[in-house]
Amino acid sequence: MREITYAEAIREAMSEEMRQNDDVFLMGEDVGVYGGAFGVSLGMVDEFGSERVRDMPISEAAIIGSGVGAAATGMRPIVEIQFSDFLTIGMDQLVNQGAKMRYMFGGNATVPLVVRAPEGSGTGAAAQHSQSLEAWFAHIPGLKVAVPSTPEDAKGMLKSAIRDDNPVVFFEQKLLYRKKGPVPEKEYTIPLGKARIHRDGGDLSLITYGRMLPLCLDIAKELSDEHGIEVEVVDPRTIRPLDRETLISSVKKTGRALIVHEAVTMGGFGGEIAAVLADSEAFPYLDAPIRRVGGLDVPIPYCPELEKQVVPTHDSVRSAVLELLDWEYGS
Amino acid sequence: MADKKKQHKNEELGREKLEDMLRKMQLIRSFEEKVAWFFSRGMVHGTTHLYIGEEATAVGATAALRDDDYITSTHRGHGHCIGKGIELNRMMAEFLGKSDGYCKGKGGSMHIADVRSGNLGANGVVGGGIPIAVGAGLTSKMKKQDRVVLCFFGDGANNQGSFHESLNLASVWKLPVVFLLENNTYAMSLNVAKSTAVSDLTERARAYSMDAHQMDGNNVMEVYHTVREAVEQARENGPVFLVSHTYRIMGHSKSDANRYRTREEIEAWKAKDPIPRFEQYLIEEHDFSREDVDAVGENARNAIEEAVAYAEQSPFPSIESIEEDVYA
Repeated sequence: MREITYAEAIREAMSEEMRQNDDVFLMGEDVGVYGGAFGVSLGMVDEFGSERVRDMPISEAAIIGSGVGAAATGMRPIVEIQFSDFLTIGMDQLVNQGAKMRYMFGGNATVPLVVRAPEGSGTGAAAQHSQSLEAWFAHIPGLKVAVPSTPEDAKGMLKSAIRDDNPVVFFEQKLLYRKKGPVPEKEYTIPLGKARIHRDGGDLSLITYGRMLPLCLDIAKELSDEHGIEVEVVDPRTIRPLDRETLISSVKKTGRALIVHEAVTMGGFGGEIAAVLADSEAFPYLDAPIRRVGGLDVPIPYCPELEKQVVPTHDSVRSAVLELLDWEYGS
Repeated sequence: MADKKKQHKNEELGREKLEDMLRKMQLIRSFEEKVAWFFSRGMVHGTTHLYIGEEATAVGATAALRDDDYITSTHRGHGHCIGKGIELNRMMAEFLGKSDGYCKGKGGSMHIADVRSGNLGANGVVGGGIPIAVGAGLTSKMKKQDRVVLCFFGDGANNQGSFHESLNLASVWKLPVVFLLENNTYAMSLNVAKSTAVSDLTERARAYSMDAHQMDGNNVMEVYHTVREAVEQARENGPVFLVSHTYRIMGHSKSDANRYRTREEIEAWKAKDPIPRFEQYLIEEHDFSREDVDAVGENARNAIEEAVAYAEQSPFPSIESIEEDVYA
């Protein structure tokens, strides 16, 4: 299969949907000639023109809010927030308006809006451009929250998000933008709310999403090659809706669960996953506590050596896996 | 101020339209009085924001719209809904949290909406509807629908970031939006003179290269003609900003003890009540009789009583419906 980057996969998804449906358009800061801060929409303005690839002033409330208004009146806007940290500036429009409009109006409104927002650290941009805030949005009924980890998923899930009649916050992974992976050339979509098992295994369920997936897959392969330990790597892909069944059945099989995400552990989405597992029929199968490895409880620091240590590392994830495998009650 | 000539008898408004405008003003007044009555007896849940005294603004402005034009509204939105032509029965049912309400009882007073008829909803967040109006204007422009969005908000909203961002964006993109600032003098308790750095609120629009006009918000004909012109300008050339000077006779919400203003000030504004003023105008300029205008008021009160009867017999939404309509 051909390989393209995560950014190219996202661009393909947008372009294909825009070719198929005149109601779909892209707007945001510098999405036109500049191609977006990360080059995701590079060249799209040449094909679709500045009416459908709209550069916007730096006004996040108006960017998201006009997306909500356009969506409620018959368009299918894709809105790009340059860094997901800036969602905070448009929060009212997303959380109080877009997410609630349908329920508040008794089903008398449809808001087919996609908000694309790159997240994560590792770019040296420090505390205000590096957060992973996906759990905030998973807390809001009315939103869907996608966190794709591969080019194939990014394309298929974005196409589903664009076709979805609900507001979807689509967290793109900055450090994955340039990473290549196989992406089918023919038309396909990937449903929102369906987890993917990237690697089968019977010893432990490593539940992860977004940028942490490649790291977890490396560790799983390493442990298999070196020790014959078979770790099952499960990516929920969307955290709202959450594919509880796949997570639960994986843990019933393995008896051990480690959840890994880049976001700060405290209040992070791993806590929700842990609670779902603990409160499920997987509970009696557990041979060890459910554990989380997430970001340290600090803002993202600038210094590269510190920045590397603030998020889960190869060592911290690998040792957590080994500790859980060695766990004995009463030990 | 609008051209003085336009406040006088204008042939383009026939008797039927004028009577409809009076009817809607009376419906708003009666609706709000009924709402106040329900609250005074502890018969409803939550809070509400009454539009009494401001009826000329909602009615004059919405009368200037085409049926397919949009509005966005505010927490004080009952008047805008009635102006836009909402069904009273379903509106009253929503106010009482009933299943036949526009929002199936889940929105209540602050979220009455009828998207299909172009009413994009009241809004619980001050300034929250303004970016949404811009988005609706964008749809109209991109789909070449020729529809205008009339965006209502108050003096309180003119200091929100969403207001400034939206005016700028609508102006840059030349979107068909009429921004209508209802200056009812108070943002909850804060007088506009203490909240806002400019004393002439139309200066807000000049900062965004937008034409701006102000009007006597208690004069329904002046509001109608000013908004009418603004709507047609917006349809052709992009956004227009209007300031309607009016006054909130009742408290901000049911919790308001009116500590921030004087009885004299309220009485002075009551003397400028837009309804008797419009009635007088119809009698003097359009051959309405006193009996004619009184009948309009009487019919409006009856219509509200019928709406109450409808709403009271409507069931509360079922507990089973609690999780419906979160997602499409």
